[in-house]
Amino acid sequence: MQFVQLVISGLAQGCIYGLIALGFVLIYKATETVNFAQGELLMIGGFAGLFAATTLGFPYWAVILVAMAVTAVIGFLNERIILRPILGQSAVAIVMVTIGFGYMARGLVTMIPVIGTDTHSLPVPFRGEVFRFAGLVISAEHIVIITVTILLCGALAALFRYTKIGIAMQAMSQNQLAAYYMGIPVKRLSSLIWAISAAVAAIAGILLAPLTFIHANMGFIGIKAFPAAVIGGFTSLPGAIVGGLIIGVVESLAGFYLMEGFKDAAPFMVVLAMLVLKPNGLFGERLAKKV
Amino acid sequence: MTEPILTLANVEAAYGAVKAIRGVSLSVPKGAIVTVLGANGAGKSTILKTISGILDPQKGSITFKGENIERRDPADIVRRGLSHAPEGREVFPLLSVRNNLLMGAYTRSDKDEVARDIERMERYFPILKERADQDAGLLSGGQQQMLSISRALMSRPDLLLLDEPSLGLSPKLTKEIFAIVRRINREEGVTILLVEQNAALALATADYGYILELGRIVMEDRAAVLAEKDDVKEFYLGQKEAGVRGERRWKKKKMWR
Repeated sequence: MQFVQLVISGLAQGCIYGLIALGFVLIYKATETVNFAQGELLMIGGFAGLFAATTLGFPYWAVILVAMAVTAVIGFLNERIILRPILGQSAVAIVMVTIGFGYMARGLVTMIPVIGTDTHSLPVPFRGEVFRFAGLVISAEHIVIITVTILLCGALAALFRYTKIGIAMQAMSQNQLAAYYMGIPVKRLSSLIWAISAAVAAIAGILLAPLTFIHANMGFIGIKAFPAAVIGGFTSLPGAIVGGLIIGVVESLAGFYLMEGFKDAAPFMVVLAMLVLKPNGLFGERLAKKV
Repeated sequence: MTEPILTLANVEAAYGAVKAIRGVSLSVPKGAIVTVLGANGAGKSTILKTISGILDPQKGSITFKGENIERRDPADIVRRGLSHAPEGREVFPLLSVRNNLLMGAYTRSDKDEVARDIERMERYFPILKERADQDAGLLSGGQQQMLSISRALMSRPDLLLLDEPSLGLSPKLTKEIFAIVRRINREEGVTILLVEQNAALALATADYGYILELGRIVMEDRAAVLAEKDDVKEFYLGQKEAGVRGERRWKKKKMWR
């Protein structure tokens, strides 16, 4: 029973990793760059939500929307103002810029007077509630995380599979040159993808808030979500979620059954094992062009 | 000749420091099939890329339907009715055949008409209907070429740029595709600018031809006339003529008579 309990809380934590990893993968597929500021976008989303909830007194659903909107705009502008000018430079340069953006975002948030370096708790309607079910105790927070993640994945899947704009996003990630030939507005869609992945990070931030509180360094969780994206193959959206769940469960079990300290190292051990056994990840795409 | 739908005047384009085309002027009459012949690296594909806005020209002007289109966004040029079926097919490998076609119509918003056009393409190339739900990456080279041409036609272009449709295909399949290209030109009234290495087939298909060497147009004429010229015969159609003492013409200089 304890095992099941640990798995459930691992799954909930894994959903958060999965959502952040989803952002990594979305941006990587569209623009072939890795946005290491994904965790900071989560943090910004958390603070935007906090502002909406405490200062403006918005209800929970509106808090999510505000957080999404704020980070989506920031993600959009990030692509437009910071990244597009250096497009075509080496991958290292672009990665460094995203890391720099992350540092700046953290620094700026700590400079805001009232917020500063403190830890804040986001008021949520389901705080502290638990459900008892067949001998299990499941907290409402975990249920909300899992439900929202499922809904969000469904919405994204529908976007990419059934809408013209979503199919065009797939198309441009598969063959950017051909997308230009078709008249697909590649640059505009790139900005849009940055906005979407930032909004996904914001949702992760709001979901994470009841578990870890909101603080300037909450973005470091991005470092643990990165292995999730790698396990999934870095090019697969379902892979990112599955990778996240694996990391979450492994971490949860390692934290309980193994010695102190294994909890934080476990995700990276999984990645190392993965890279040795299956370097393309669980769902990695491999393409060979036909001549 | 009817009025030109596309005119290039002294267009120069380069990849970095390497000049690929040096002052190309050509015109494509409405409704015609015009071909540009040339060896590898002569700059044929560069001309097409410059027209469709993938590459910006350094000099010269490109006029399409009476308006300047050089240095415009590729999406804008597609919307004006110019479509490009690129060299090497360039299909979207992980999208289904039908979604590939749908992407060809990205700039259009008339859903019903798009659906009807997909059916039309599937009539020209029935294999696309059979494979509609398969990933385009699983098609054979020839089928991908058919998809690439159909996809380019999905934007309902007035002018289709067709780059090396015979690349990597069997002679039989190449002939089939060229026959359909001719049909599309006649039945849909689409003007075609064709770049091809297979000179015999291109000259048999086209109305008018240009010959491009090292980034310059060295000869132009009606396709039937070009096919009869000695230099074209020797260098592009592979027919050698032997002199009195068996002296081969390769000892002489190319004159472009």
